[in-house]
Formats: sequence, C-alpha cells, structure tokens
Amino acid sequence: MTQVLSQVLETPTAAQRFSLRRLAAAGGEGATAWLLPLLLLGLWQAASATGFLSTNAMPSPWQVLEAGWRLTLSGDLPRNIGVSFLRAFAGLVIGGGIGFALGLANGLSSLSHRLTDSSLQMVRNVPHLSLIPLVIVWFGIDESAKLFLVALGVFFPIYLNTMHGVKTVDPQLVEMARSYGASRREIFWRVILPGALPSIFVGLRYALGIMWLTLIVAETIAAQSGLGYMAMQGREFLELDVVVLAILIYALLGKLADLFTLALERRFLKWHTAFAVAK
Amino acid sequence: MSVNNLSTRLPDFEAQFRTPPSPGAPVTLRGLKKSFGGKTVLRGLELHVPAGQFVAVVGRSGCGKSTLLRLVAGLEKPDAGRIALGEDLDASGARVMFQEPRLLPWQTILANVETGLGPQRREPDARARAVDALAAVGLADRAGEWPAVLSGGQKQRVALARALVSRPRLLALDEPLGALDALTRIEMQGLLERVWREQRFTAILVTHDVSEAVALADRVLLVEDGVLALDIAIDLPRPRRRGSVDLAMLEERILHRLLLTEARAPEYVI
Repeated sequence: MTQVLSQVLETPTAAQRFSLRRLAAAGGEGATAWLLPLLLLGLWQAASATGFLSTNAMPSPWQVLEAGWRLTLSGDLPRNIGVSFLRAFAGLVIGGGIGFALGLANGLSSLSHRLTDSSLQMVRNVPHLSLIPLVIVWFGIDESAKLFLVALGVFFPIYLNTMHGVKTVDPQLVEMARSYGASRREIFWRVILPGALPSIFVGLRYALGIMWLTLIVAETIAAQSGLGYMAMQGREFLELDVVVLAILIYALLGKLADLFTLALERRFLKWHTAFAVAK
Repeated sequence: MSVNNLSTRLPDFEAQFRTPPSPGAPVTLRGLKKSFGGKTVLRGLELHVPAGQFVAVVGRSGCGKSTLLRLVAGLEKPDAGRIALGEDLDASGARVMFQEPRLLPWQTILANVETGLGPQRREPDARARAVDALAAVGLADRAGEWPAVLSGGQKQRVALARALVSRPRLLALDEPLGALDALTRIEMQGLLERVWREQRFTAILVTHDVSEAVALADRVLLVEDGVLALDIAIDLPRPRRRGSVDLAMLEERILHRLLLTEARAPEYVI
C-alpha cells in the first residue's frame, strides 16, 4: 500500500498528462471515454455467465448490481457512502486548508520558509499510513482518527504544489505590476495567486486521490461505518458481491472527484491554452 | 477707445497661455553610479533630457544602457548620484515598456490595459480610457480576448496601450521591438512615433538597433564603459524617410564608433 502511495507521490507529470488527455477525450466526444469500461463490463458478464469465472471467486456484474440494490433498499449503502464522503470532505478541508495556507506563507516569505519548510519536508517522508497503529492508540477508532489521517495525507500535495506555484510565478510580471503602481495586496490577488493556480490544482488532484486511499485504508482497519467498513463486513460474511460493489463505488467516487477538479479548472483556468474549451 | 482696444487685444494676450505646456517630464541625471556584485556598470553618468524629447540609447550589450533605463524608471536604486524627473514627479509617474510584453495571461486584453492605470484603475472612467488606449493601437475589437491568442506584435501593441493609458509624462522603452520580425518592427516604430507626436511625453528608448535609433529619436546617446561616449542630435524632419542618405550617414557614424570600441576593448580576453 505504501509502495503505491509513494509511486503516486513521485510522478506528478504523469498525472498531469493523464488529466490533459482525459480532458481532451471529454471535450471531444464524452461517450468515447465510457467505451472501454462498458466493454470490460460486458466481457466480465459473459465470462461469469459461461462459467469461465467462478462466482465463488468473483461475482458477476449482475450479482453486484443486485447487492447494490439490496443495500440501497436497506439504507446501508447510502448511509455508508454519506459517512465516507463527509469524512473525506472534512479531512480535505482541514488538511488542504492548512497546506494551502502554509504553502502561500512559505512561497511568499523566506522567513516562514526557513522556519518551517525543512521540518515539513522531514515529516513528508514518513508514510502517513504507517501512523495508523499510533493513531488508533491516540484517537481510538473514533471519527477524529480518520480525520487526522486524511488531513495529514492531503496536506503535503497541496502544501508543496501551492508553494511551488507561488515561487514560480514569473518575476517579470511581478516587476511589471510593481512598476505600474500596484499595491502588495493587488500584486497578490492579480498576479501571484492566479499565476500559482495551475500548480495548486495539480496539488488538489493529487490530494483527492490520496484522500480516498487514506480513508478506505483507515476505514478498513478501524471503523464502525463507511465504505471501507462495509467492504470488510462483506469479506467476513463471504459476501464477495458487497466487496466488489465497494470497490466499484471507489472507482466512481474517484471519477467524480476528477470531474470536480476538471470543472474547477475550466472555471478558473479558462485563460490557459491547455484548458481552453474548443469553440 | 483705449478700453475698446484693450478688450480686443485681450484674447490674443490670453492665447499664449491657452497652448498647454509640454506634458513631458524633463529628466536630469547627476553622477549616476551603479554596480552589481563588484562589477561597475555605470560610473558617474551625467545627462539632461529636456521635456518631450525622444532619446535613443545605444551601446554594446552589457554597456549599462538597460541599467540606465531601469534606474530612470525606478526599477533599481542607484548606488550614488541623483535622478530628477521634473518637479512634481517621482518614478511612479513613469511607465516602462519591457522587451517582453509581460501581459497577465489570466486577464483579458482590456483588463491588461487597465492595469496600466495603476491606482487610477478604480476611477469611473477607467474602462473608457482603457478602451480608447486599445483603439489607439488598433486592437479595440480584441478587448475581451485572452492575451494567449495574440501574435507577438499584437501583444507588444497591447503593452504599448497599457503603458500609455495613464498618460505618462515619461515613457521608458527597454528594447520593446527587439523580439519582433522586421515588418512588424517597422509598423511598431511608426506607431510609436505617431503616439509620441500626439502625446509629447518624454521618451527614452534603449535599443541595439542603430537604424531604429536614428529613425525615431531626436537625439542618440552612446553608452560606453558606464559613461556617455557620444551624444548626437538628429535634426531631420519627421516623418523620416526610411533609407534616406542623411539617416544612413548618421547610422554609419554611430556604427563606426561602436565598432571602434570593439577593436579597442574586446569583450573576451583569452
């Protein structure tokens, strides 16, 4: 798990390219993006129906759908999704908010950077999921344990990318604004923040991925509710359809998070040639 | 009778006050010194530019001409010496046009021009003034677009509109046409000369193109080893005919001096 996480953290450009390609596909014909998932689903159903895939090891899509319907009727599924979503969102707001604030501070002020950055970089290299045993001791399996882990996970990508964005704003533009009589406040709002925004969005995209990952792991190990807990319950009662359902919902939630950042990028980066929507 | 005479003469008497004073600001530099990390760039430079004059500064790269401009525009502080820009003016009243357009990519073209108004941006007529400035450089129809869609020459025209929208009394131009292709460059020179003749600000143009300097300026200065080495008045009528013998002779004289420097003091010593 930590291996996957570190891989995710170390390949920023790959994710950027990925998002752009996805954007291009979505901009052209939205339907084409769904062809491959639908094809896979069809193959899977066919393999289950012909007995090629044993339903003891892997339930068919139809069985998963049935499980979904059953759990929706009982109210378990909406409740668990709601609980997970609230945890994820609260953790993102807390961790992302602190990361954003510190990223701005350390990008703008060299004093703040000298004071805090090297300590933060040290903490960054600790895989945050390795803290789970400690967090359980500290917080028990309470909400605060999950919040803490998610906030810690999303903090670093947002912190690093915000700081990087602020530091790499074109100094020539800042000089221009200053020589044209802009105040410090105006320089921040009109030059530095918009210039840092593309980088901040890259951080947000990462943070969203890490957010789900952290939450699912935390819920799998220490929770009484949520999607991860639901999947664990499924495993214990050998209800593989519930386990697969949970996994598919993760995929959908990840896609939703991606669409969310896409909408934000389109709204705030419409000046950027890479995000310009074709007319 | 005498009263009548007086009243008929009065309008004539007032007429001389009705012509507005030159809006340009005079620039005086006294003993200007500047060094960067031990390397002296300007060593006691003296210069007076009368209000409304168009001055071109030429010189070899690294001679200190850009530093001179940045000091006048208030982008750098001198180590020693004085810079005076008229009586009621500090460097914030000067506008700079840079070698790069330096447009804010996240603001529309019109909003970029409004940036040039500085603190006056919040006044009610700000938008109208920006529209006028944009129209003056022939880009009124592009107001709502992003700078990314413009060509290099168009971007520099927006930058010119941004520099002029606040009606500056001093315009400092740091090789603003250096990156443009030959045709666009000639067009921009014409535009620059036109707006200067209309608005009569003081213009200081740093350029490495001697023909551009003699075509546009009232006076060409050559900076060498951190001081003025040459100060030539260009007394040719405007608009100047490109390729005329007079221009060519002046250009030759300045180029000759520049090349002479090269023979005397090579940039690299092996």
